[in-house]
Amino acid sequence: MAVATRDRIVLDARGSFCPGPLMELIRGIRQARVGEELEVWSSDQGSRKDIPFWIQKAGHELAGVFEKSNYTRFVVRKLR
Amino acid sequence: MKKIVILGGGVGGTIVANLLVKRLRGKEADITLVDKTGEHVYQPGFVYVAFGKAKPEYLARDERRLLRKAVNLVQGTATHIDPLNHKVHLGHGRILDYDYLVIALGARLVPDEIPGFQEGAHHFHSLDAAVRLREALESFKGGRVVVAVASVPYKCPPAPAEAALLLDYYFTKKGIRDMTDIEFLSPLSRVFPLEPINPVIERMFAEHNIRSTIFFNVLSVDVQNKVVESIEGEKMPYDLLVMVPPHRGAKVVEDSGLGDRGGWLPTDKRTLRSKAHPEIFAVGDCTDVPVSKSGAAAHFQAKVVAEGLIAEIRGQKPRFQYDGRVMCYLDAGYHKALVMSFDYEHPPEAHDPGLKAWLGKHFLNKAYWAIIPKGRA
Repeated sequence: MAVATRDRIVLDARGSFCPGPLMELIRGIRQARVGEELEVWSSDQGSRKDIPFWIQKAGHELAGVFEKSNYTRFVVRKLR
Repeated sequence: MKKIVILGGGVGGTIVANLLVKRLRGKEADITLVDKTGEHVYQPGFVYVAFGKAKPEYLARDERRLLRKAVNLVQGTATHIDPLNHKVHLGHGRILDYDYLVIALGARLVPDEIPGFQEGAHHFHSLDAAVRLREALESFKGGRVVVAVASVPYKCPPAPAEAALLLDYYFTKKGIRDMTDIEFLSPLSRVFPLEPINPVIERMFAEHNIRSTIFFNVLSVDVQNKVVESIEGEKMPYDLLVMVPPHRGAKVVEDSGLGDRGGWLPTDKRTLRSKAHPEIFAVGDCTDVPVSKSGAAAHFQAKVVAEGLIAEIRGQKPRFQYDGRVMCYLDAGYHKALVMSFDYEHPPEAHDPGLKAWLGKHFLNKAYWAIIPKGRA
């Protein structure tokens, strides 16, 4: 589910298993403009490794990782 | 008498229709199946067409002959679903009323979502494309073959790795393997979607000199320069490009505002009822159920949908729900195959490829018509 907040697109991929959250992020990045921030929420443990790894390879910026009680929020800035 | 309309005459819709007729008494329900071609196609055979091992005409049969007599077959395309008024509009102006609707329309290929796909890439996700790929393979004299996946989700998760392994086998038999490089591009963090099986596939790729790149999500195909480009910024030149096309859910689901962003129907993963409209059931690739998009999943789901409908009509509780069961084969060439079986609670177990699984796959290819659509297994 995508929710546009004031300045960031939120992709809620909680409950979706690996590679679901990463694929949501990749789909979001495809649609976003350069400079825009996206936030993906994942409850899957595999995302902690996969998402930062992919962001580094794809040349974007991991602007923040926030651990919540049963999910993780990854904030990503599209750089290219 | 309840009116049940089933959209789609693939494996899921056909089994649901036949099981309903078999188990319900004539007065309990009137069952109509709508299919756009009236022809039932065995999709797992497409890859064998591409490698010259199956004839296209063997993979399609008259849907009428696979359905029990009491099922009304309507040839047509559903253009709009109106869940509030329980109506399905068909392309030629006909409107069908329903008490219960089963959506079994499969996935839709959307190659146009990748610039250059139509002109530059081959695939084997349709019968026509498989025939074209066969012709391309027959005239191929060596060079770089790139196997890629445009995006996820796609039908039959093992298919790309299977294609890479079968290409190795094909070129080896043709005597041009030493003149051919095979490159495998995965959109994911590993080469195979099912994590427990990934090491087996990686080992086979290494044994057969199939090179792989992970995190390669296709952006476009540069047809003139024969290069495929990724959103991660990488480029891979090719002489022959075999790429799983992008998929979306059924058009009528999307056009009727019932789909999610990918056009997939939000569906309860155990009851297989639409989350928004419980009188709509769904089966197979058209749903957002978190399992592989495959004929085997549709087959197992069809039994749950039939059970759910019968229980609903009789005011009973269904005796079973969908447990996420999927079974798939991967033909690795050299008369060896892998078989994978898993559900929501049990991930697949890794086994080495062998002859027994290969024979199982080829038995299924032949026995399918007699057993599966009729709901005999």
